[in-house]
Amino acid sequence: MARIDLQHLRHSYIENPIGVEDYALKEVDYTWEDGGAYALLGPSGCGKTTLLNIISGLLRVSEGKILFDGKDVTALQPEGRNIAQVFQFPVVYDTMSVHDNLAFPLRNRGVGEDEVKRRVSETLDMLDLTKWSDRKARGLTADVKQKISLGRGMVRSDVNAILFDEPLTVIDPHLKWQLRSQLKLLHKQFGHTMVYVTHDQTEALTFADKVVVMYEGEIVQIGTPEELFERPSHTFVGYFIGSPGMNVLPVDIEGRTARIGSTEFELAGVPELKPGSRTDLGIRPEFIVLGEEGIPVSVNKVEDVGHHKIVRAAIQDQDISIVIDENASVPADPHVVFEPDRVSIYANDWRVEMGG
Amino acid sequence: MNKTQNNKAWFLVLPVLLIVSLNAIVPLMTVVNYSVQETFGNNLFFFEGVKWFREVLASERFRASLLRQFSFTFIILAIEIPLGVAIALSMPKKGIWASVCLVLMSLPLLIPWNVVGAMWNIFALPDIGLLGYTLNAIGFDYNFTSQAISAWFTVILMDVWHWTSLVVLLAYAGLRSIDDSYYQAARIDGASRWAVFRYIQLPKLKHVLTLAFLLRFIDSFMIYTEPFVLTGGGPGNTTTFLSIDLVKSALGEFNLGAAGAMSLIYFLMTLLVCWLFYTLAMRGEEK
Repeated sequence: MARIDLQHLRHSYIENPIGVEDYALKEVDYTWEDGGAYALLGPSGCGKTTLLNIISGLLRVSEGKILFDGKDVTALQPEGRNIAQVFQFPVVYDTMSVHDNLAFPLRNRGVGEDEVKRRVSETLDMLDLTKWSDRKARGLTADVKQKISLGRGMVRSDVNAILFDEPLTVIDPHLKWQLRSQLKLLHKQFGHTMVYVTHDQTEALTFADKVVVMYEGEIVQIGTPEELFERPSHTFVGYFIGSPGMNVLPVDIEGRTARIGSTEFELAGVPELKPGSRTDLGIRPEFIVLGEEGIPVSVNKVEDVGHHKIVRAAIQDQDISIVIDENASVPADPHVVFEPDRVSIYANDWRVEMGG
Repeated sequence: MNKTQNNKAWFLVLPVLLIVSLNAIVPLMTVVNYSVQETFGNNLFFFEGVKWFREVLASERFRASLLRQFSFTFIILAIEIPLGVAIALSMPKKGIWASVCLVLMSLPLLIPWNVVGAMWNIFALPDIGLLGYTLNAIGFDYNFTSQAISAWFTVILMDVWHWTSLVVLLAYAGLRSIDDSYYQAARIDGASRWAVFRYIQLPKLKHVLTLAFLLRFIDSFMIYTEPFVLTGGGPGNTTTFLSIDLVKSALGEFNLGAAGAMSLIYFLMTLLVCWLFYTLAMRGEEK
């Protein structure tokens, strides 16, 4: 268990990177607190796995430093960092029994046989693998194999951190939920620092205390699931989190007044804008009120998704989505009002604060 | 779902059946035919039952060449398989040098067998050959044309030179197909180099090594051209392997019945060993 400091990490897979675009990881400067449960969320290719491999030592970072509890480990190999990592696809040692698979990381570190037995049977129990214990790992289903991989990650009690790289990709949906709760339970029980990489927002939001959203090699926002939902600090976070994602509309701002196309309305405050930046307005579909007054919209389609309806509409030629109650209906002459304190203004995709 | 049954499709197999029967079944049956008959020339044959089989199995000469054959095969397998794996492990994984190594490794495999025999014959000649001369110059008494040990040494060295590449190529292909995540997991688990070999590489190589073993076993068990060109089976009979003995008996002494019986015994032995090995190696495999 350790606090992990990432200091000005930059990584490139190219030998002599020149411009920013050569970096797979642009600049990460962040501290994972001891015992935290973090989710690293982002689309494929955003640098999540790169960052994870840098923390575990599988990848030597191009620039920057990594500290475990204040100790510089940048130059250490994975075996020297005492870290556990679970990969996206199951990795098992075919010729070993399930029991020996789990015992392998312990035995390699010279843990006594009694302790090995105790730890392995505990972990087998926790993952519901005891009945397979003596089976050879070869020929088991992907589900069971991935559980073995998870088991090897969790079997050591003294690790500095456990890193999960989309570990539930190959797992059946109903088992996913169960395994995720087991991981949470394990976290509560042992208080390991855990970093969980995923591109599935539900997974991230249910697993983690803090979600780190990455986009194109950068961390764009770190926050609780609530913060990410209510105050996305980058338009990408708005799109990526929530279903449907946040509406982002090009907007002209003059003082308090916002203008979309030919309609004007007042904002809750004056956005602190630098001149010359591209401005967008962000509003979540949940915070738009559909009624008879406000900005006129044309409704294209209504999708009933069960507990609510999604209205696909347009303000002039700007498409927006609106979430309305399951029982609500679309008025004959539809208008919308944006809840003023839920409106965010973005300058060049980054959220700006509202002044008084 | 109802499948349409149309057995006319079997006719498509006919051409293959025809070719196989001409090049395999008919010759094999001819050999079977010889093995149960006695001839005194003039195309006159008499049925003899299993006499030839009994005679061959009891003969000192057959047992001696069989023993030589098994010793040879055992020795070259014991050298080529581990050596091949070791070379494959130490070859570069990618880049220009990987290609260079692969080409270098393939070269011996491209040389015709009798050329290999002739090359090594000259190479090993004690008075003018590079190998023979050097060995004698540094104090070894080496002459493969007159000493049994020298002859064996040369035949084995030649086979290792010629065929280890095959094992290398197969093992190399097998190693390249192992996903990186296995090595990553092993590093996270703190596995030693030996443990990585023992628990990841070796199990993943099982199939290609089984193939390599079978190929090398069959090939070395019927080796003929190279030792024939190199030593001609000598000195004496010391490098007369089964196939050389067979040819001597069939064509040299025109002992058709005995040679036919010997061929069949030879064939059945190869088949048996391959089957045994394959069954043992694949035991416990689910799919």
